[in-house]
Amino acid sequence: MNGGLKIELGRRYRFSASHRLHSESLSEEENRRVYGKCNNPHGHGHNYVVEVRVSGNMDPATGMIANLPDLDGFVEQEVIEPFDHKLLNAEVAAFREHVPTTENLCKEIYARLVRFPKAKLESVRVEETSNNAFEYAGEER
Amino acid sequence: MVYLTRKLEFSASHRYHNPALSAEENQRIFGKCNNPHGHGHNYTLEVTVAGEPDPVTGMVLDLKELKDILGREITHRMDHRFLNFEVEELKGQIPTCENIARVIWNLLEPKITKGRLHKVRLYETPDLFADCYRNGAHGA
Repeated sequence: MNGGLKIELGRRYRFSASHRLHSESLSEEENRRVYGKCNNPHGHGHNYVVEVRVSGNMDPATGMIANLPDLDGFVEQEVIEPFDHKLLNAEVAAFREHVPTTENLCKEIYARLVRFPKAKLESVRVEETSNNAFEYAGEER
Repeated sequence: MVYLTRKLEFSASHRYHNPALSAEENQRIFGKCNNPHGHGHNYTLEVTVAGEPDPVTGMVLDLKELKDILGREITHRMDHRFLNFEVEELKGQIPTCENIARVIWNLLEPKITKGRLHKVRLYETPDLFADCYRNGAHGA
């Protein structure tokens, strides 16, 4: 319906959270060696930026792939509210088992947002700082 | 294959309103974007062209040429315009970011004859954008 074109909608969100990079499978020395200052037992925090891209048919009545309040509300409920101003290791169930690296954070956010009912999730990109970014688009491509 | 991206900015106003819907429905669906007086944005457009560098010039296409195309096709048409009424290609469509990106793609694709248009990304604000590709094209 888009004349052979694929159109995606992108939206950026922000949350701030703390984490500690520490693997139970490694010794104290190995953890310090692998994770460096990110292994600080007191944790540390980032201002994360989450960039979400979705695709789908544009509703002819609205000209939109997804109405922004629907997408914003879903991301708020699934990601921002449970992650913002939290210690990820302790307060997000997935990170009791997995080290909350931004790679794993991308995958966890993807797993939550892929359930968005009104458009197809294309990818999740997370910027941990303005110099580090990670992107996950599922396993199919 | 090399992908080159040129960026440009333009400022324009628009309004979201579907005459087939009631005033209440328009208000419910589009919220403050339905304001009858319209509102505006500083749009940022990123245009990505894919191609092999010419062996003589080392260029996929001359950036000056791309800049001229973008000036004629986009800036001249859209900058400081009310998109609903002043851009022929958007008449009868709601000028969402998705629709504007598609219109921009359709304007640029036939004009880019060296390399090929790979992607159009249009930012309506720094936190909201639309991407347009040919189906099946990925990367960069």
